[in-house]
Amino acid sequence: MMDGVEQLSAEEAGAFSSGTLATIACCLCGTSIEPNPSNMCVSCLRAQVDITEGIPKELAIYYCRNCGRYLQPPKAWIAAELESPELLTLCIKRLKGLSRVKLVDAGFRWTEPHSRRINVRLTIQKEVFARTILQQEFIVVYTVLYQQCDACKRDAAKIEAWQAVVQARQKVDHKRTFYYLEQLLLKHGAHQDALGIKETGDGIDFYFANRSHAVKLLAFLGDVVPLRHKSSEHLVTHDTHNNTYNYKYSFSAEIAPVCRDDLVVLPPKLSNSMGGIGPLVLVSRVSASVSLVDPTAVRTAELPASAFWKTPFAPIMTSRALTEYTVLDIETTGETAGRFAAAEVTVARSSDLGVNDSTVLVRSHLGHVLHIGDLVSGYDVRSAIYNDSLVAGHKASFELPDVVLVRKTYPRRNRARGRKWRLARLAVEMADDDTRVARGAAGVRDPATRDAEQREVFLQELEQDAELRSNVNLYRADDVAAAAAATAPDAAAMTDTTPVDVAPEAAVDADEDDVDGYPEVPLEELLDALDISPPAGGEDGDGEDGDDGGDDADA
Amino acid sequence: MATRCLFENSNEIGVFSVLTNSYCVVAIGGSENFYSVFEAELAEHVPVVHASIAGCRVVGRLAVGNKNGLLLPNSTTDQELLHLRNSLPDSVKVQRTEERLSALGNCVAANDYVALTHTDLDRETEELVADVLGVEVLRHSIAGEVLVGSFCNFTNQGGLVHPMTTLEDLDELSSLLQVPLVAGTVNRGSEVIGAGMVANDWSAFCGLDTTSTELSLIESVFKLRDARPSALVNQMRGSLIDQLS
Repeated sequence: MMDGVEQLSAEEAGAFSSGTLATIACCLCGTSIEPNPSNMCVSCLRAQVDITEGIPKELAIYYCRNCGRYLQPPKAWIAAELESPELLTLCIKRLKGLSRVKLVDAGFRWTEPHSRRINVRLTIQKEVFARTILQQEFIVVYTVLYQQCDACKRDAAKIEAWQAVVQARQKVDHKRTFYYLEQLLLKHGAHQDALGIKETGDGIDFYFANRSHAVKLLAFLGDVVPLRHKSSEHLVTHDTHNNTYNYKYSFSAEIAPVCRDDLVVLPPKLSNSMGGIGPLVLVSRVSASVSLVDPTAVRTAELPASAFWKTPFAPIMTSRALTEYTVLDIETTGETAGRFAAAEVTVARSSDLGVNDSTVLVRSHLGHVLHIGDLVSGYDVRSAIYNDSLVAGHKASFELPDVVLVRKTYPRRNRARGRKWRLARLAVEMADDDTRVARGAAGVRDPATRDAEQREVFLQELEQDAELRSNVNLYRADDVAAAAAATAPDAAAMTDTTPVDVAPEAAVDADEDDVDGYPEVPLEELLDALDISPPAGGEDGDGEDGDDGGDDADA
Repeated sequence: MATRCLFENSNEIGVFSVLTNSYCVVAIGGSENFYSVFEAELAEHVPVVHASIAGCRVVGRLAVGNKNGLLLPNSTTDQELLHLRNSLPDSVKVQRTEERLSALGNCVAANDYVALTHTDLDRETEELVADVLGVEVLRHSIAGEVLVGSFCNFTNQGGLVHPMTTLEDLDELSSLLQVPLVAGTVNRGSEVIGAGMVANDWSAFCGLDTTSTELSLIESVFKLRDARPSALVNQMRGSLIDQLS
């Protein structure tokens, strides 16, 4: 066990190097020795003190045979090869009493793998008596015992891995909110505890091994979108003898069905409670609360999620109904509210230009961005079809304007082509696609194309809105990755967690020049793309790269 | 004979006692045990005196003495001085000094003929040491330590010095002091010899931790056993004879 004791007394030797030291008798056995700080011979010193005292020489470590991982108490399981640094770390961490000594060296001594013994050779130093440091080498024998890890236990028992599910839903006909949510999750690493993420008809399911993880995600979602949730539990097993219950928890999280740019007629109660705003308002921003702007009176208001869910409302028109107009004349009135400025704008439908002379005079909140000749998208309320219940209930009847301008827009062209950035993707599993395929078969639209189109809209939204962009990690696209992704965009998007360019094959117009004032994403906002191929284990690797990229940017 | 004892659980008995060939001074302790050990060994031959110096029990470190006299620091009260004068034999001169280094026991080591002193000791004190103790005074250090009283202990028979003393130092010192010297330890490897033990020509006392090896070394170097010259003295004899001739 004790392979060597060395006595270090360099300072003493240095102090009296002027002459030869007289030998003295060891104070215990009387052997004549060179004097040293303890004035004992090495063998007496060794007999006197055992610096390895309190350090166990035999220990057990636990190993899961199915997945080949070692238990790192209390709960972690770590994959490590024999004689690997990871295993050494694990072994040394298991040793108690090392804090009282100085660990100088550690290594493995070879043993037969089937012996189920791991021998670790340690060299430690400790100060004994005054100014005497002893160094000693010894071996700790670890017995490898088998124990099934939790995951393998669940597998063996054929229990589904997840214990809690968060079903995030938004009852709208597009997925922009979820694209945005995906980016937020990636940026904040909020999805990391999830066992799996599954996309369903109008939302995403997040599966968790623990209820607390689900609650954590729910809290995160509640911070970024107007949310209400219901929880329910399903009893799986129940043991009457020790009073244990095993539940599956479901959290149904409903995201408010209003999105940016939606046109809303506020319920009278809500309009009154917010100082009579509107009632015809646009949604300018959606976060934990909903930001509203009255386009005619140019007033803004903030609607917290709780207030929304007390009197929920649906938009009368959504951004899919936007029509493109051209600004013929604009005159600002000088009123401002936040970043908005009121203006009288004369617009004509872009498709009407050269066809007829019908123009509309609109009062708009976009005075701060619009100029003559600009393109602007707006709602053609006059010809809109909407549900009457959405505008009913107001005592004083109000007139809807013919046109509501929503935001400045830019000529249609393939913006994806010159894009210098891309987004990271979450590893989302597609749901069993019955509904989507059925819809596709009915000739409505191919779901993949529709996804790509919606995603492109989301990307353009990011390009045009710096505020929105600040919540999202953008990665610099390198040409090789972009080319690879362009050849097989679908496959990449489905399986990969690395940043991938989503480039829908939209109409390509090669002749167009780029000088149309389209906002470019400044290069300094982009993060270096980190291309980490998913680890062999697979399951633990999801979404790591997004965070790594973020760290890089901080450093 | 060398005897092991404790002063109130402390092994450093040289701190609490002064032993010479003509008297022994021990500190006033909580119990009489310590005193009894000395008295049992010495009472037939010399007076064993209870004393304090400047109200302190560390008499061994504050005072230095030999057969001829006892030197006390100037912090000693008149009463204490008077008590010592009354208790010690008339032949022993008891004297106070005005020395700045008031722990005389640490700064001076003496037998009946020669004394080693701290290198910075006052010239007046040096004269006083020579007069009162009737010795030749040598300023010297031991193993680089100036507190010679703490790190060595010698009688007319022999002496023990700091274990780190070099051979050259050892030879020089033993020729200066005219007694055989050995580097060694007391109290299980402690190098503070002067504080760990006291000795005179026929007896020695050391701390309870002292091992039998150390004890036998002490007995042989201080010649406490019946005049059996040890191998060490044989080694020294050459240089001694050389010096004397």
